Amino acid sequence: MAVLTRPRSSVPVPSPPRPRSTVPVLSHVFLAGWALLTTLPLLWAVLSSFKSDNEILTDPWSLPSRLRWENWERAWNEAHIGRYFLNSAIVVTGALTLTMLLGAMAAYILARYRFRGARVIYYAFVGGMMFPVFLALVPLFFVVRNLGLLGTLPGLTLVYAAYSLPFTVFFLTAFFRTLPTSVAEAAMVDGCGHFRLFFSVMLPMARPGLVSVGIFTFLFQWNQYVLPIVLMQGEGADKRWVLAQGLTALAVNEGYRGDFSGLFAGMTIAMLPVIAAYLLFHRQFQSGLAAGQLR
Amino acid sequence: MRGTRLFIAVFLIPPLLLYGIFVVSPYAQAFQIAGTDWSGLSPTYDFVGLDNFRRLAEDGYFWNALRHNAWLLLLLPVVTILLGLFLASMISVGGRADRAGVHGVRGSAFYRVVYFFPQVLSVAIVGVLWKEMYAPHTGMINGFLRAAGLDGLAVAWLGDPRFSFWCVMAVMIWMNVGFYVVLFSAAMQSIPRDLYEAALLDGASRLTTLVRLTVPLLWDTIQVAWVYLAIIAIDGFAIVQIITDGGPSSSSDVVGLRLYKAAFADGQFGYASAIGVAMFFLTLTVAAMFLRVTRRDRVEL
Repeated sequence: MAVLTRPRSSVPVPSPPRPRSTVPVLSHVFLAGWALLTTLPLLWAVLSSFKSDNEILTDPWSLPSRLRWENWERAWNEAHIGRYFLNSAIVVTGALTLTMLLGAMAAYILARYRFRGARVIYYAFVGGMMFPVFLALVPLFFVVRNLGLLGTLPGLTLVYAAYSLPFTVFFLTAFFRTLPTSVAEAAMVDGCGHFRLFFSVMLPMARPGLVSVGIFTFLFQWNQYVLPIVLMQGEGADKRWVLAQGLTALAVNEGYRGDFSGLFAGMTIAMLPVIAAYLLFHRQFQSGLAAGQLR
Repeated sequence: MRGTRLFIAVFLIPPLLLYGIFVVSPYAQAFQIAGTDWSGLSPTYDFVGLDNFRRLAEDGYFWNALRHNAWLLLLLPVVTILLGLFLASMISVGGRADRAGVHGVRGSAFYRVVYFFPQVLSVAIVGVLWKEMYAPHTGMINGFLRAAGLDGLAVAWLGDPRFSFWCVMAVMIWMNVGFYVVLFSAAMQSIPRDLYEAALLDGASRLTTLVRLTVPLLWDTIQVAWVYLAIIAIDGFAIVQIITDGGPSSSSDVVGLRLYKAAFADGQFGYASAIGVAMFFLTLTVAAMFLRVTRRDRVEL
């Protein structure tokens, strides 16, 4: 980036004039094309959420004749999109907190303490990244059911956290290893205990790593689909459905009933908070994710 | 040293418990259940050895689903990475070239933000959205085709076995490209711009710099991208289940959906676990093949 912002006057090296290139124009054509391809479907959903069913049926490309907030009301109250959103938020918040806490604890021990079995435990955690979730699906269903957690929010929270641990432990172990040992040693000399050392010295130092892995984990958990549809079954579980299930069920039901505007409104309600949060924090999102993949 | 021991135990046992109960034990049980005829309802079951796998080998639906996963494995990573590299290089070095070197395009920050949208929407939203996009009468795609006077092309995209699978694959490409544009363009920031400058001065075309310069220097990142996309290709469940549910007449089925239906629609838990084991070995095979193919010297800067 430094190269881009360097004032040009400081580079007095003369170079031969070049013919004006068409490359920037072409670049913009392709880039804007993909930007359009990305945003048009989203915009279309938002616009359709204000249209009447008749308008949607006659011309998918027309603009809404007025803002019909009643569609949103219907989606919120009758289709319970609000409730599903809240359930999703509760599960992801809980699971994310649990993942970060337990993941950081395990990673810290594995990175900083030597004891018998440490290697085995590390590989047991990291090996989890190799296995497809589908392999575990059937037994997991029965494990959760036998614990009486089938169709409950705490059950889903624990499962999300458990399946986020491999990557979190892998990433944070590497991160804790890079932190200087001198600070920890100084704190120990000053009489700081293991627990205080972790919570008031090491965790704050690991903040950048925690943010990266936190964003990665958030997207992983927010994107879950197969885990909730398998685990949120049973009597009365539809009250505790998360957004993924609620929205797909809505798509199936509204399709039968022909309430297209309600479906688009539900979709928009589900979409907007995430997009808004992303726009606020997009810098952290992108750098965190890039760091997470590039390591 | 007792304090240290206690500390290690207190910190390690809770995560190990959680992980053991919900991850390790299900994975271990899966291999065992795959050898039974368990239907889930009865507490009793018989060990049937490799019968489930024999049945799997003769199951036409399974092979049909596997064929679709193979197509995904072949095309999804390649198309996504190529599109990602192409767009990322336009963002990073597609701008004007002058005395100060090669520039990124104006508004690169804007593109990076927008391209990322599909990634932050949950996969369920993407699925439902595209199901509506493809809808024959109310969908945006056919609306566009009709408006353009191409009524003949406005077909039932998801209702036609010839198109359904490719429509689903297009969605999977659509939702992943943006992420890799961001990833690749972040990685390109670390490539010294003088290299591009020098290459262009020597008369290399932009395409040549992409193939000869960018790709070798980003090789590690591209490998990581390929692995992630291969994992998505072996899965593919969510998008397929939401958009087509494998239909019409299994024309867009994938292995994950086979497993899900065998277990939770038909109650054949033993057989479903056998499919899970097959998926596991498929993942292992792909990983092993990948390691052989991509072993290539790193380019150090």
